[in-house]
Amino acid sequence: MSGEKESLDKTRKYDRQLRLWGDHGQCALESAKVCLINATATGTEILKNLILPGVGSFTIVDGKKVTGEDVGNNFFLDKDKIGESRAQVATDLLLELNEDVTGNFMEESPELLLERNPEFFDTFTIVVAVDLPERVLHKLSGHLWEKDIPLMVVRAYGLIGSIRLVAREHTVIESHPDNAHEDLRLDRPFPGLTQYCDSLDLSTMKKKDHSHTPWLVIIFKYLQIWKEQHGGAAPKNYKEKNEFKKLIQQGVLRNEEGVPEVEENFDEAINNVNVSLVPTSIPSAVQNIFNDSECVNLQPESKPFWILARAVKDFVESVGEGALPLRGTIPDMTADSERYIQLQQVYRQQAAVEAEWVANRVQQLLQSLGKSKDTITEADVKLFCRNASFLRVLQYRSIAQEYDPATAKIGELVGNIEESDEDDAIWYILLRAVDKFYADFNRYPGVYDDQVEADIPKLKTCLAKLLHEYGNVYNIKDDFVHEMCRYGAAEIHSVASFLGGVAAQEAIKIITGQFVPMNNTYIYNAMKQTSVTVEL
Amino acid sequence: MALDPVDWHGRWNHIKKLLERGGPFAHPDFEASPETLGFILESCKILVIGAGGLGCELLKDLALLGFRKIDVIDMDTIDVSNLNRQFLFRRSDVGKPKAECAAAFVNARVPGCEVTPHYAKIQDFDSSFYRQFHILVCGLDSIVARRWINGMLISLLNYEDGMVDQQSIIPMVDGGTEGFKGNGRVILPGMTACVECTLELYPPQVNFPMCTIAHTPRLPEHCIEYARVLLWPQEKPFGEEVNIDGDDPQHIKWIFEKSLERAREYQITGVTYRLTQGVVKRIIPAVASTNAVISAACATEVFKLATSCCPPLNNYVNFNDTEGVYTYTFEIERKEDCPVCSQVPQPLNFSEDSKLQEIIDYLTESTTYQMKSPGITTMIDGKNRTLYMQTIQSIRQRTKENLKKSLQELGLTHGQEIYVADPTTPNALVFKLNFTTDMEHK
Repeated sequence: MSGEKESLDKTRKYDRQLRLWGDHGQCALESAKVCLINATATGTEILKNLILPGVGSFTIVDGKKVTGEDVGNNFFLDKDKIGESRAQVATDLLLELNEDVTGNFMEESPELLLERNPEFFDTFTIVVAVDLPERVLHKLSGHLWEKDIPLMVVRAYGLIGSIRLVAREHTVIESHPDNAHEDLRLDRPFPGLTQYCDSLDLSTMKKKDHSHTPWLVIIFKYLQIWKEQHGGAAPKNYKEKNEFKKLIQQGVLRNEEGVPEVEENFDEAINNVNVSLVPTSIPSAVQNIFNDSECVNLQPESKPFWILARAVKDFVESVGEGALPLRGTIPDMTADSERYIQLQQVYRQQAAVEAEWVANRVQQLLQSLGKSKDTITEADVKLFCRNASFLRVLQYRSIAQEYDPATAKIGELVGNIEESDEDDAIWYILLRAVDKFYADFNRYPGVYDDQVEADIPKLKTCLAKLLHEYGNVYNIKDDFVHEMCRYGAAEIHSVASFLGGVAAQEAIKIITGQFVPMNNTYIYNAMKQTSVTVEL
Repeated sequence: MALDPVDWHGRWNHIKKLLERGGPFAHPDFEASPETLGFILESCKILVIGAGGLGCELLKDLALLGFRKIDVIDMDTIDVSNLNRQFLFRRSDVGKPKAECAAAFVNARVPGCEVTPHYAKIQDFDSSFYRQFHILVCGLDSIVARRWINGMLISLLNYEDGMVDQQSIIPMVDGGTEGFKGNGRVILPGMTACVECTLELYPPQVNFPMCTIAHTPRLPEHCIEYARVLLWPQEKPFGEEVNIDGDDPQHIKWIFEKSLERAREYQITGVTYRLTQGVVKRIIPAVASTNAVISAACATEVFKLATSCCPPLNNYVNFNDTEGVYTYTFEIERKEDCPVCSQVPQPLNFSEDSKLQEIIDYLTESTTYQMKSPGITTMIDGKNRTLYMQTIQSIRQRTKENLKKSLQELGLTHGQEIYVADPTTPNALVFKLNFTTDMEHK
């Protein structure tokens, strides 16, 4: 297939997802290399949801052979391959999902590979691990933390699941919030907006123009009138806002009989009073970014994100006069085409001017850091400015911090659970207890039928020891311990598949830098179809 | 239990732990036993509706949970744009029926699984077909279809002394997704909230006003709708009687070019081929991950309902992973006077001078009924009489003059029963005409 034809075809195939993360997001995905440790059902389901959207490549590290039990819950294993390399069989069947993706495998125990050649993991964009005993997890996570490579640990255990994400520092420019406030600046109109609104005179307009004047302009004008009547102040409270709405209502044209005409633009103005009177402000998440030492103290190694953030901060503190660069978009509103487009242009032009200031500042900073001009392009600056209100930085705690009694938050968790054992976080504690059981007995509790009863007191002891290590004494109901033994480390396909979906999308967020990943532990309860995210 | 020749040692080890061991969180009726696995493998009949984004996942999940007697219905064929998530299909399958391809793939990959495909619409089957299943699970992309199947299951209920006969209940698990959002629910017809009880959860689609499209376009979408809704019928670019086919790149290209012209005229930016396609086909963005999540939750519910290993979801869960990962689970309540599941007669409050058209408008516009193209019949002098029906051309011609007549003129009386048929329901809904003196509507 020719290059052009191939790219058209990929556009068709990926159309439904391109509408979510765009061509640039897709590019990032297609450049990514993912490592999966252990091709269990959970593992292959995660990979499936990365391969289908076109991840660049994957590598499976797994030293085990395919068993009958494995084939029973894993769509990407074959009963005719029982006894063969699980890594190889899974790789072959997964590759069938998408001809654009390359994949290979290492038939080697992850623990041995980590021992022999830890640098193997250094080329990956993200490492996903399933079914790892605690001691291997610690070695792996320690290495990846040093190398600043994101790690995701996923487990399906009976009707419970968990996902732990570690990414050191993750920055997001395009967070795509579901409910974003518009950036209209009616509380502090820029000169272009004032000029445009002043050029229109509602009192001399005929009905057609009057009814098609954008509500933005209407609110601007009536705000002017109100301020004149109230010593320069905008409507402050509920009572004043209602009076303001009534003032606008009075502006509706009346016919010869004095009956108010139907003017949808005035209705829209009144409906938008509350929202448009919210003062322009900088979200606290963005303030925190500006105050972060990485923004304040730029270095030659500083990521483009921080250089851009610093340039925007400098904008805010100088010509921006306390406001972020203008976003430059306005919502649709009842209006004639000409004046809507004119108004839209007013916002776009101001946004362009402000983005240009930021771009110049970026170049100054790059120069002072001895970095090339092309490190950050104009398009990068525009994207950053458009998303200035939505910037996010997530700092993750390491696995070491999670486990170390000096820094662990497990005590807090226990405190919250004492309030209500409806809290799904309780299952995190039980999963930790089960890992302790594994460390002590080299197996999980209740794997064989005749072990279930006998393992309950053993698991209870592990739980008590675990909590004691963290300075806690809490009696978790026996029911939970019993249920964990019932599960016997069963990996139920539908639970694995649920987690496969959630985890894959978290990986895509890390890879594309779009949308906001969770921080840092997700617990899923398939019994009640509930879940909770905790930071550990 | 003797090993089925198609099975192998250890195959069902994982699910056996849930089925052969009791636990404190199991359903009160649960009895740990090897017979439950036998029921799933040999007897439990599941119907999967839809073999698309959700359907492919559901078939895989159910097959690996041990279900073997699975039927799947889907009226569509495979398109290239399905391949990013509907993983049972390959490029060489494009154009083939989804149900058939999906069934073949799963049957080959999961030995012993017998998925029976139906390349058909749900409306092609009657109650005798649906009655044979233990559980239904839906991965539909249409609210009308959901309402129809919901109506079908409600119609299968038997009542004794006003109480629903448990044996006649067929549980329905329903899932839906859109981009990074999704939801799942468990419906026990006659006992829990049904689809119709919660119609407000599915607000009607908002279309752009005609006057905006025709006279004051502002957005690129307005330009596209102009080409689609106004220019195409006028210019008939591909011939008389040729309707827009969203899957035909020639059609989209024509609309795209006309939209650009319109946009240029008004200096509107932003018209792209992708946007044009999205508007014309009403495309909903979709990814593999969300479909995997929602289907998995639904499959788990089917497993719980079939085995009682755990109480089922009660009864609705919302999912969104745009920011972090968010779920919200709650119990939706039944509507006491639900038109479909409550058995409460639905009143139609109109004055006898009201025109029949007003009843039609009420049925389509009210948020309670949201009908698509209602047809009205009644009994007059012991004979069944069609007052208006729009789905059959000849009958529409014959009855359209009735729309302008008043209810009195049509011979209708206070308390009369009116039967309304609509694509949203398999059986007619019964209303009672209630003449009021004012123009009062419920």
